[in-house]
Amino acid sequence: MNSKVSNQIAIATLYVIASTIVVILAALLGYIIISGLPALSWHFLTSPAKAFTAGGGIGIQLFNSFYLLILTMIISFPIALGAGIYLNEYAKQNWLTSLVRTAIEILSSLPSVVVGLFGFLVFVVQFGFGFSILSGAFALTFFNLPLLTRSIEEALAAVPDEQREGGLALGLSKWETVLHIIVPAALPTILTGVILSAGRIFGEAAALIFTAGQSAPALNFTDWNPFNISSPLNPMRPAETLAVHIWKINSEGIMPDAKAISSGASAVLVISVLGFNLLARFVGHRLFKRLTAG
Amino acid sequence: MLINPSSPRLDDGWLERNIVDPSLKSQQPIVLETQQLHVYYGDNEAIHEGDLKFPEHQISALIGPSGSGKSTYLRSLNRMNDGIARVSGEILYRGVDVNRPEIDVYEMRRRIGMVFQRPNPFSKSIYDNITFALKRRGVTDKKELDEVVETSLKQAAIWDEVKDKLTKSALALSGGQQQRLCIARAIAVKPDILLLDEPASALDPVSTSKLEETLLKLKEDYTIIIVTHNMQQAARISDYTAFFNMGRALEYDETSQIFTSPKVQLTNDYVAGDFG
Repeated sequence: MNSKVSNQIAIATLYVIASTIVVILAALLGYIIISGLPALSWHFLTSPAKAFTAGGGIGIQLFNSFYLLILTMIISFPIALGAGIYLNEYAKQNWLTSLVRTAIEILSSLPSVVVGLFGFLVFVVQFGFGFSILSGAFALTFFNLPLLTRSIEEALAAVPDEQREGGLALGLSKWETVLHIIVPAALPTILTGVILSAGRIFGEAAALIFTAGQSAPALNFTDWNPFNISSPLNPMRPAETLAVHIWKINSEGIMPDAKAISSGASAVLVISVLGFNLLARFVGHRLFKRLTAG
Repeated sequence: MLINPSSPRLDDGWLERNIVDPSLKSQQPIVLETQQLHVYYGDNEAIHEGDLKFPEHQISALIGPSGSGKSTYLRSLNRMNDGIARVSGEILYRGVDVNRPEIDVYEMRRRIGMVFQRPNPFSKSIYDNITFALKRRGVTDKKELDEVVETSLKQAAIWDEVKDKLTKSALALSGGQQQRLCIARAIAVKPDILLLDEPASALDPVSTSKLEETLLKLKEDYTIIIVTHNMQQAARISDYTAFFNMGRALEYDETSQIFTSPKVQLTNDYVAGDFG
């Protein structure tokens, strides 16, 4: 076989493999969205779920998902930023940092159900947080931290060393250089990483079943005092999220329109995650352009 | 006299003593000098001895083949090698040895600025690139900052090209403009000495000649030490030239001397293009 023919065979094979993946993905997305779309309505998105009768919505679950996401980011982003800066800018290559890196890798490959059970034992039981948004947010922090740290570290590593030297050569300290030159330069990539990890958090279920709980008590959306039990902002209340809701309906849902609700909720979930991805691209691109071309 | 006339050409004993004393013909005071400078990367010695003296308001060029240690030497002068390499010996800046731990390295680097091989503007606006270090040093007066921006951009001969887009990103400028912006950024903090590490190697010929013009003007106010691969460049703009080979400054003299009648055979071979 001559090299021209073998090359063409290779290209054709790669095309087949690539298009198979694209077709599977498109079919999956198409199926979820098309079967879910009929259920979607303003009422569905805003009203609370019903346990035994038809016509329930996902309003509270949707709110819980976003609230949990924001809380998780507030906890995990500063830690991940600090860890990423340390690992990329300050850490020397020695056994300690390689231990930290290994720990991060192990943490990132931990099954989320294990993270959930760990969160249950530590936060729900030991710390006495109960099934609550706070327990869920801590569990998701464990889940999120390794990936976010890694993505921030990579974003910082992509900033050329010339930028660091430029700062130092002006008589700035290393910390000033990192904080005011390197982090801003890496910001588009960091933001992209944050938004992408937001998509992962948003769709996470297993880690939340045992931490944030599987019930969504009625919320009073006129009460924004975080200390009231029916307030949406109360971090100590149990909070079933959208992904957990889908899992629950499918395993034990007894309302007559369970299938429609499950499809609708799945469509909302998938569309949200897609939205996060598109937003990541858009924001990253936009910021990059603003920083480079102004 | 730079070199003892009785020195034989390139004999080993003479090399051991290492030349380079250009207190020479210059009437200018010496701003910077190194004594017994050794640079080690791990166990590898990159520079054996660089004993050079740099006169005020002159351009001194460091030339030599790749790997001859000229960049390493230059980067040691404002301690950019801190944490990367070990530097022993004295670096005397106006009589003060700045190669000591108790020296305020940040203030020292402000006085001995540096411009790098590849233009490295920050991903900020042109204005912010210039004012950034000043703001970090507590200058907040808008008028003062505006003034510094204008004078340093003018000194770096880039004011006319950018005065209407000071708020635009510096990354949108061409390579040559970026490099002159980096020079403006370096002189905005009012340094005494400018170190340039092959500043034109990433630029096209037109940008290069603009840069050279700029440097010739800048030497009225600053002492300039420039590493260059380009021998014509050294010949065109520098007053003194040091020839580096194998981690050692072999010869240091007035540029005209180095290019017309060098005393060391290797220098002669190098400037004649026989190696390097």
